[in-house]
Amino acid sequence: MAFKQLSSPHAHGSNQTQRVMLAVALACLPGIVALTCFFGVGSILNIVLACVTALLCEALMLKLRGRPLGFYLSDGSALVTGVLLGIALPPYCAWWIVVVGSASAIVLAKHLYGGLGYNPFNPAMVAYVILLISFPVQMTQWAVPEALLSNDKNLPDLWTAVTHIWIAPGSNGYFDGYSGATPLDVLKQSDAMSWDALKEAEPILAQGRWAGLGWEWVNLGFLLGGLYLLYKKVFTWHAPVSMLASIVILSSVFYFSEENSGSPVFHLFSGATMLGAFFIATDPVSSAVSTRGRIVYGAGIGALVYIIRTWGNYPDAVAFAVLLMNIAAPFIDYYTLPRTYGHRKSRSATEKAVADQ
Amino acid sequence: MSRIWSLPGGVHPAENKMQSLQMPLGEIPLPSELVYPLSQHIGAPAVALVEVGDKVLGGQKIADAKGFISAAVHASTSGSVVAIEDRVLPHPSGMSGPCVVVQPDGQDQQMEFEECPDYLSQPADVLLQKIRDAGITGMGGAGFPASVKLNPRESIDTLIINGTECEPYITADDLLMQTRPDDVIKGTQLLAHLLGNPERVVIGVEDNKPQAITALRHAALGTDIEVVSFPTKYPSGGEKQLIYILTGQEVPSGSLPASIGVVLQNVGTTVAAYEAVRFGKPLTERITTVVGKSLTLERNIRVKLGTPISHVLQHHGYRDGLASRLIAGGPMMGIALQSEQVPVIKSTNCILAPDYKEFPDPQPAQACIRCGMCAEACPAGLLPQQMYWYAQAEDHDRLTAHNVNDCIECGACSFVCPSSIPLVQYFRAGKGALRQQAVDKEKSDRSRQRFEFRQERIAKEEAEKEAKRQARKARSQAAKKAQAESTPVDQPAASQDPNDPVAKAIASAQKKMSMAPDEKLKANLESLRTRLTKAQQKLSQAEAEGADTVAALQTGVDKIAQKIEAAEKELAELEPAEFTPPSSEVMDAAGDAIARAMAKAKSNAEMSPQQKLEAQVESLRQRLLKAQKRLQKAEADQDENIAAFANAVTKTQQKLEQAQAELEAL
Repeated sequence: MAFKQLSSPHAHGSNQTQRVMLAVALACLPGIVALTCFFGVGSILNIVLACVTALLCEALMLKLRGRPLGFYLSDGSALVTGVLLGIALPPYCAWWIVVVGSASAIVLAKHLYGGLGYNPFNPAMVAYVILLISFPVQMTQWAVPEALLSNDKNLPDLWTAVTHIWIAPGSNGYFDGYSGATPLDVLKQSDAMSWDALKEAEPILAQGRWAGLGWEWVNLGFLLGGLYLLYKKVFTWHAPVSMLASIVILSSVFYFSEENSGSPVFHLFSGATMLGAFFIATDPVSSAVSTRGRIVYGAGIGALVYIIRTWGNYPDAVAFAVLLMNIAAPFIDYYTLPRTYGHRKSRSATEKAVADQ
Repeated sequence: MSRIWSLPGGVHPAENKMQSLQMPLGEIPLPSELVYPLSQHIGAPAVALVEVGDKVLGGQKIADAKGFISAAVHASTSGSVVAIEDRVLPHPSGMSGPCVVVQPDGQDQQMEFEECPDYLSQPADVLLQKIRDAGITGMGGAGFPASVKLNPRESIDTLIINGTECEPYITADDLLMQTRPDDVIKGTQLLAHLLGNPERVVIGVEDNKPQAITALRHAALGTDIEVVSFPTKYPSGGEKQLIYILTGQEVPSGSLPASIGVVLQNVGTTVAAYEAVRFGKPLTERITTVVGKSLTLERNIRVKLGTPISHVLQHHGYRDGLASRLIAGGPMMGIALQSEQVPVIKSTNCILAPDYKEFPDPQPAQACIRCGMCAEACPAGLLPQQMYWYAQAEDHDRLTAHNVNDCIECGACSFVCPSSIPLVQYFRAGKGALRQQAVDKEKSDRSRQRFEFRQERIAKEEAEKEAKRQARKARSQAAKKAQAESTPVDQPAASQDPNDPVAKAIASAQKKMSMAPDEKLKANLESLRTRLTKAQQKLSQAEAEGADTVAALQTGVDKIAQKIEAAEKELAELEPAEFTPPSSEVMDAAGDAIARAMAKAKSNAEMSPQQKLEAQVESLRQRLLKAQKRLQKAEADQDENIAAFANAVTKTQQKLEQAQAELEAL
């Protein structure tokens, strides 16, 4: 009997890309729960719509590119992109925002570059930035936590939300009475006030414990999910920890030297910090590859996040910071090769083939 | 307790070691034929010592090592050689190679082996020769000749015996250590003796073999041998990895462990070396793990080398079609065999025949998502995800910069890859391409060197020629200058180009014209004398060489002599008072020659043809005598030009005979 010609190793671990992707999607749950608790069903609707669009676009692109549908669709990567984008978009935004974003992520940012594994930029972040630049008004209207709603209003129920999203997105996309400034917006818009005064004056900050009502819990949720993924060894600690560390260091320096800067805790638990650290900066495809590289990469994202938040035009900056560091990732890779066994020093990838030492 | 260093990276595949340890060491009946590949080791293939039809005994050397890095092959039972031909080898490519095929006679007669109880008092080279004669090679997998590895140029301070056996499924070394710990210790002592008793002698065993560790520790009591256990993790048993775990030192890239004073041998090899030295027993059998879900019997067996794997499988309840693959070695680095018709060789530590549930067909590879799990698993500190990228792109510079050549092909990266990418295969291909590139580069470097050397040589020759040309030019210019000084100014033609023959002729003609008749004659005479000297010189030269032109030259000399005579007469008539024959005092070499030539010419002119011939014969005789004398002298001196002298003698003789014949004809 003739056997197949196979290459060692013959044993294989239980790891599968599909499992990795599903684990990531699963780890988003605590954060999504927090989002829903404080801002209503909007995020869930976003996620569902984004995932459906992402899968449809993925299927379409695979078909156009002549790839087997089932094999590639089942890897779960489009699903994760959809989930992350759905989380990032403002709750109750118009359906076409979600669809345009999700389609951009899959078609432009992923498949035009060659599909999974070949995209230099994080697809969800590309989509987010496209939307932010194209539809700034709609994209900067975040929902208000229930406790802050006026006239004892409740969060919109499912029917109201769906109607709003699909039928009457309102003038300029406002969901009247339900949208307002996020803690980062508040900080951005009140340069003149000291942080402590601001914390007293603004209800969203005053009613929160550390970093604004709702947001701190959302960030804790993503932190929890991130820790789960770390425990499952889906990624290493390097990029998230260095990103958070660089935010803490920068915000501490300015918090203790300038009165109107947000506290380190505020920066850690506000906006998309934890989502960015554990779900975006850890995107393996578009990040640096070595552990040293990932430390540099994460630190770069953290620094850019703080810089753009503080001195830039956008209240939150994770998307821009990640995209900028995506550009730098190959460069970082070239100079952060690990030291190989039997070599005294690590090499640089640009080193020309000379006589091996 | 000595310190243990932690292996970076590594993986924890399911160990699957229990199934083969349930039974004691087994044996199987003799097969109908035994196949001994001549190349079972790293290095040059062995050379067959037997011919088809020869009877062999168990333990008889049937092929000898060829060259330094090579190993002998021995028959494992008695029988007759039925073929020496190409058979399929246990090689991943399924290639064939020369094998000696022996048909056992069933007697299983063994040779008398030469025992050596006092081996520890023998010098190392004697013992190494015994190990080499026994054909011992590394039994852990690679199959490097043991005698070479045990004879390093460097001084060794650490001897490591590798009982790690980190590959899943394999328990051959475990069983050996459990059942024969004393032999392992004796073998270790032997190797330590061979290496000049290194400071540290250590046996490394993974902590998943508690029985082996206990047995070895017990056997090692009272010796300096350490038995060290360390956490189980694949690939701790890799040579470089184990050295790091036990010493904290890294073998420099591209070097051998001996360069840092370490020698490492597998436990199986250690015991085989001990048996070869102590009992004179060559390597003809080994312990092999036979395991896999397609078998009904899973155990370790003592198997004769050369036994076809199909025969082994038959005795373990192998059912055709059930096995998803057949592996020689373990599941991480083992070789997938394409056929079970290959023999058990020295390095076959395991025969793994899993079913489809155990080892399903490989998943189709998905896109690399650069998750970096491979880099986390790599024990060599490489970035497999990047190397995969560059291997696909055939970017050899980047592959080299990423140290692809330091990949030990352990398979940890492929094992953890969530996209089921056969990374090791890519790296093997990449390394192969780099090797080929290096070979090509060396070839082209060599031919470039050759070309450059040739260019240099040509340039040198050109330069020499040019230098000669310049020298000639300088000489001729000097001559021209001299001429120009002696030539009147009103003869521009001559001074313009002294090398122009026309101008020269004109100049000399003009010179002649301007001369008085007696001066003319004198000059004429002078030039004739010069010509005569030259002609005589040529003649004597030709005579010495025995050239055919002697006669013609002789005529020339005669003619010139006649002309000189005529000219002298004329001159005498013109100015009889002025002409005086050159006095003996003023006679120089030229004058002397002229005089002799004149005398000769005179006598020649006076002689009749017969007399001439007689004279010629006489002179030839004398020359012959001279030539013979020279030849004798040359023979006595063993001169290297004897042939030339002999030739001259023959030629002169021929001429003499010819002249004598002519004389007689007259």
